[in-house]
Amino acid sequence: MTATTTSGATPETPPRPSEPPRDGSSAAHRIFMARELGIGLALVLLVAATTAVNPRFVSGQGRKDLLLGATILVVLAVGQAIVIVTRNVDLSVGSVLGLSAFATGKLFLAMPDAPIVLALFAGVGVGLLCGVVNGALIAVARVPALVVTLGTLYVFRGVDYSWAAGQQINAADLPRGFKSLGTATLLGIPVLALFAVAVLLAAGFYLRSYRSGRELYAIGSDPAAARLHGIPVGRRVFGALVVSGGLAGLAGVLYAARFGTLDAAAGTGIELNVVAAVVVGGVAIFGGSGSVYGAALGAVLLSTIGSALPVLRIDPFWQQAVVGALILAAIGMDRALAARIAHRLRGRRARGA
Amino acid sequence: MPEREEDAPVLLTMSDVRKSFGAVHALVDVRLELRAGEVHALVGENGAGKSTLVKILAGVHEPDDGVLTLDGQPLRLTGPADARAAGIAVIYQEPTLFPDLSVAENIFMGRQPLRGLRRIDTALMRRRAADLFRRLGVHLDPDRPARGLSIADQQLVEIAKALSFDARVLVMDEPTAALSGVEVERLFAVVRSLREAGAAILFISHRFEEVFALAARITVLRDGRWVSTDPVEALDTAQVVRRMVGREISQLFPKQETSVGETVLGVRGLTRTGVFSDVSFEVHRGEIVALAGLVGAGRSEVVRALFGLDPYDAGEVRVDGVRLPRGRPAAALAAGLALVPEDRRQQGLVMELSVERNATLTRRWPLARFGLLGRRAERDAARTWADRLQVKAGRLTDPVSTLSGGNQQKVVLAKWLATEPRVLIVDEPTRGIDVGTKAEVHRLMSRLAADGVAVLMVSSELPEVLGMADRVLVMHEGRLVRELTRDAADEESVMLAATGTTGAPATGISTDRRGGAA
Repeated sequence: MTATTTSGATPETPPRPSEPPRDGSSAAHRIFMARELGIGLALVLLVAATTAVNPRFVSGQGRKDLLLGATILVVLAVGQAIVIVTRNVDLSVGSVLGLSAFATGKLFLAMPDAPIVLALFAGVGVGLLCGVVNGALIAVARVPALVVTLGTLYVFRGVDYSWAAGQQINAADLPRGFKSLGTATLLGIPVLALFAVAVLLAAGFYLRSYRSGRELYAIGSDPAAARLHGIPVGRRVFGALVVSGGLAGLAGVLYAARFGTLDAAAGTGIELNVVAAVVVGGVAIFGGSGSVYGAALGAVLLSTIGSALPVLRIDPFWQQAVVGALILAAIGMDRALAARIAHRLRGRRARGA
Repeated sequence: MPEREEDAPVLLTMSDVRKSFGAVHALVDVRLELRAGEVHALVGENGAGKSTLVKILAGVHEPDDGVLTLDGQPLRLTGPADARAAGIAVIYQEPTLFPDLSVAENIFMGRQPLRGLRRIDTALMRRRAADLFRRLGVHLDPDRPARGLSIADQQLVEIAKALSFDARVLVMDEPTAALSGVEVERLFAVVRSLREAGAAILFISHRFEEVFALAARITVLRDGRWVSTDPVEALDTAQVVRRMVGREISQLFPKQETSVGETVLGVRGLTRTGVFSDVSFEVHRGEIVALAGLVGAGRSEVVRALFGLDPYDAGEVRVDGVRLPRGRPAAALAAGLALVPEDRRQQGLVMELSVERNATLTRRWPLARFGLLGRRAERDAARTWADRLQVKAGRLTDPVSTLSGGNQQKVVLAKWLATEPRVLIVDEPTRGIDVGTKAEVHRLMSRLAADGVAVLMVSSELPEVLGMADRVLVMHEGRLVRELTRDAADEESVMLAATGTTGAPATGISTDRRGGAA
């Protein structure tokens, strides 16, 4: 079956619609799978090329650095993907990360003996709270997510600055147990990276296997249809924003553990990297499709590019241009795909007039 | 309403249902009775309230007043989920699927079969979807995404969805409007088998041959009111049409007699594959030509294409004998065409801008001096037109969004009239406008025609078409099927042509050229 439906093709061509119309969209599906594979392939090529130039790139320490570098971005990208899938966006994640990281530092200043678990709870709690603010404004007050989270980006950062009041928390102020979390490894893999992997798997499992997870895709795919289906759109979007906030909070704790030196500027500007990672990873910016695995791959790719360019002796100034080109390529692929499908659809819709 | 006791049991009733949107009474005291194992047709003109009725059954709108019962028990639908729980499935003319999700997921969204840990049982879901398609006798791959499915296949997915929760009431809102002949046959086969299985089906269609072929009873709505419900045996097409349109043509249409001049706009063989084909007509100086037909007949698409907003595949458009390049609205404007679009909020106005800004948007360059737009020039130009059209606005600097619908429409008209067009194309000029303003808009169009402007009007309101037009062109399924002079046009002749009914019409001058499908 092809897209060449002419005006006269109605009564003469009998059982056309009954054939399994496999080609069009499963081709689209294949391309989409290829998208995630493509990112993986690009990542492998990049690592291989860089390793050829400098074998230490994937040596023990090099590999650890790569994984650690990607960890925070992956956690944030997973949260962002959950939000973008619903056709919303969370621009406040950088500020939430900063707030949570600083809160973690403050906690240890006040209670040097606090268990690490408490710090995790505190950081995630701060993030969830921020997510509740975002989600409530979007779902209840019905303000577009772009505007709400742009506003809270500044609000949360402002809270962070006024709380910090110029104070900087140094690594020396943090308990040794917490700092060692930042360097500890399990079977050669940094523990922090394991957090990211756990988050990724949990989110991927949830989105794939649970009704509410699928409903997030439905909402992003067609919000009006989602309402007609009786999907609680407001509640689901609220939930997505809260989860994104919580993960940004977690990322803040991981940030504190990794860097140790904390001030109110932690994570400034990272939100655009996160959105870039998600889009490069194949999550459609208008929602409805993509996976957290793709988003995570996008995050790993972007952070690896950052590490690889100096090794390849490419001017680091080019890094941003490379990231930009990747985004344009990703979006260009989406458009080309959408245009092809739209064209095919129009051909089929011939009304036999 | 004849009661036939021997008939199938009554499943769902609506009685004395009312629904208003602001000052507009969409439904007034409407009643309906659906029986198990029976197809019930609902017919009415555009705007008769059919869609509102459907949305009430779907749980999208709650009626202001009136009672719904299911199996004799009162039924209250506060949301789509309630309707689904009550076993009511609605299939809209444009199906509402999630394009990014698989067909199987679309069927079971929110009701996916679960296994341990409340996980979705994907394999079972896919199997059930395949079973449903087997029952329907169609071959659709449950795994493919819904994006790219034809309308007919999308409707089958919707029907599969209805089957999946054992819907007892199936509402189909113009399901055949976008289908080809074969697809319609397949749909009917499915509908009949659902009927045999005991479902009550409410079938909405403008195609009388379908209504008479499928339905056991026909309910007619007019202007939001219930008119009649009768078994099909007691009715014929002409009767139904009369009941649909039977109303006095009010004297709201101040049509001035004008002298018709030379041809200004000539359209020959205009074709856009799959949308409309071989459309040819002329519009003369001083003449109002109405393009009538049902929603979806392709009228708006034709005027959009001839103005250059949409592409077309064949044919030509001439203004004063000079051919217009296709797809270039700027060229159409320069040639003296103006198009007042159907959806003024989306396409006609910039809602946030002031009245004067909107009114002068089309003349930014003529009004500018040295490339700069002066406030004074804008204001003076806007005031002239606001006065001529009697736009009721607090201040001309208020945003357009603060005006009433009728006054917004006047601003759109002002904007285009300010370009002093030679051909004015208006798409649904009075949709959503109160009666008084309607008359003003009509008077204005009439005066323009008297001044020598060629007016092409797309309208779904029969009284407006009959009251205003010197000539009526009727479209049906993408084709121009009939041309009627002012004297020959009446409600029945236009309606019969618009619904593609071939039965001998009372009046009419041109021969029936209805093509293909249905």
